[in-house]
Amino acid sequence: MNEKVIYVKNLVKKFGSFVANDNLSFEVFGGEIFGFLGANGAGKTTAIRILSGLSSPTSGEVFVAGINASKNPEEIKKQIGYMSQKFSLYEDLTVKENIMLYGGIYGLSKSLIKERTDNLLEKLNFREYGDKLIAALPLGLRQKLAFSIAVFHEPKIVFLDEPTGGVDPITRRQFWEMIYETAARGITVFVTTHYMDEAEYCDRISIMSEGKIVALDTPENLKKLYNAGTVEEVFIKIARPVNN
Amino acid sequence: MKRFLGFVKKEFLHIFRDYRTLFIIFGIPVAQILIFGFAISTDVKNAGVAFLDLSKDETTQKLTDKIISSGFFKRTENLTSYSEIEDIFRKGKTKEVIIFEKNFGKKLQNEGKASMSLIADGSEPNTATLITNYTMAIVSDFNTDISGFKANNPMLIQPEVKMFYNPELKSQHMFVPGVITMILILICALMTSVTITREKELGTMEVLLVSPLRPIQIILGKVVPYFLLSFINVILILVLSWLVFGLSVKGSIILLLAESMLYIMLSLSVGILISTVSNSMQQAIFISLVGMMLPTILLSGFIYPIENMDKAYDLISYMLPPRYFITIIKSIMIKGTGFLYVWKETLVLISMTILFIVMSVRKFKIRLE
Repeated sequence: MNEKVIYVKNLVKKFGSFVANDNLSFEVFGGEIFGFLGANGAGKTTAIRILSGLSSPTSGEVFVAGINASKNPEEIKKQIGYMSQKFSLYEDLTVKENIMLYGGIYGLSKSLIKERTDNLLEKLNFREYGDKLIAALPLGLRQKLAFSIAVFHEPKIVFLDEPTGGVDPITRRQFWEMIYETAARGITVFVTTHYMDEAEYCDRISIMSEGKIVALDTPENLKKLYNAGTVEEVFIKIARPVNN
Repeated sequence: MKRFLGFVKKEFLHIFRDYRTLFIIFGIPVAQILIFGFAISTDVKNAGVAFLDLSKDETTQKLTDKIISSGFFKRTENLTSYSEIEDIFRKGKTKEVIIFEKNFGKKLQNEGKASMSLIADGSEPNTATLITNYTMAIVSDFNTDISGFKANNPMLIQPEVKMFYNPELKSQHMFVPGVITMILILICALMTSVTITREKELGTMEVLLVSPLRPIQIILGKVVPYFLLSFINVILILVLSWLVFGLSVKGSIILLLAESMLYIMLSLSVGILISTVSNSMQQAIFISLVGMMLPTILLSGFIYPIENMDKAYDLISYMLPPRYFITIIKSIMIKGTGFLYVWKETLVLISMTILFIVMSVRKFKIRLE
């Protein structure tokens, strides 16, 4: 747990005169489930884009999996997995073809892909779906599959951007079981969510407001600190939406 | 490279699994060739013509018979005065009125010349041009007939128009280049812009962008399949027009294919550019159709001859890639000219391609930020 998988110091990102990320500093450790919370427009997306090598910081130090994000963003991409709220599998391809595609993009060999595909389908009880089109799968299964594909290449970190949007409570619970399992394998999970009950499942959470991190600790400590019963209360106390 | 190939394969799967895409790529070209070839043929056949014969002598009678018996024309009415002309055009069946002046035959005999007027229905400029050309050809033929009896006699009228390059005036020969131009814009610009914006809409573009694939690989991977399919399409159209209409390429086929590849690349870069400025598939479709297809059809010389255009439209058409491509492929296919005659147009196309690629790469980078 001591390996620093993400190291951010004094990160600033400006768009013109607008400061999207204002002097962020935090660390995330190996195998940790890190909740990245904040109201819409607080600057979460900008930070994730920088952490995943899509955008470079205006100033500050950002290291992801030991790689400098300002200097070598393309290298970062090989070390991370990513899944967003928007659905990210191709509906007109079969389950196996989707796996093959993403496995190939991350440079896995064909035999390795085959081996892992078999294991994965077995584990998810997915055998009969292997050659079905994604379009034929119920939403819950798709979401699980999308997550499995995001960690298929065994990345150091997986970024989940509101992964459970629009999913029923049962599937959400199963989804979080998968997240725990993944973290137990040593993969760091960096997750954003608007469901505050999910925030309780995280090892540590950070709350962003107007480009700054205003709180960062374990859910228990935050609740104590702000004298609140749930993370939701903490959130409402400190994360004022930008628009209001 | 392996990553890239897997990505290209996926793109082919998208195309082959979607029957609508397949239809657009292969159905539309075939349909267009056949429709333009048979149905919207612009050949003249049984065009309605009215006569205003102010002379009514033997010569005008002969000429009238010759025109009618040519098979291209059908007499709709015999007029008796000028005032009826406007009316008869309004009725719509008559496309041309032929007027012989008074004492036509006598003048021809005594003065060696006589005049006749052709008035065509200008609301259909293409048909009008064609019909008057046909009539002039027949009159000129008639000239030779009668001058055969009187050697070196001046003609009654001397039609200047000659049918170069397309002596049978087969309209298929003229539209095949246009169809190729249009299809390529359709497939390349429309389909690529749609397929890229689709990834954006589905959210898969995000996943691709955070993957080790480089943006240039993503774009190329999306474009390569359409490049291949478009190229196959050009060959398909050429083979089809050869089999069905007997139209063979007069010039170098290799040059023609090379120029087509250039134009495909140009259209693809336009498609990429469209996709970088539009956020939804509808927007991409709209820009492609209104921004590319319509000008291609209307202003590139495909349907309406550039020569007949208003100055302003003419100027606009200089900015449109299809204009140059149509010129190039008409030259190669119908006139059989070589590269030396089309290098200027080729150069324009090359510079346009470079311009569009540079623009879309810059746009794409800005969007990434």
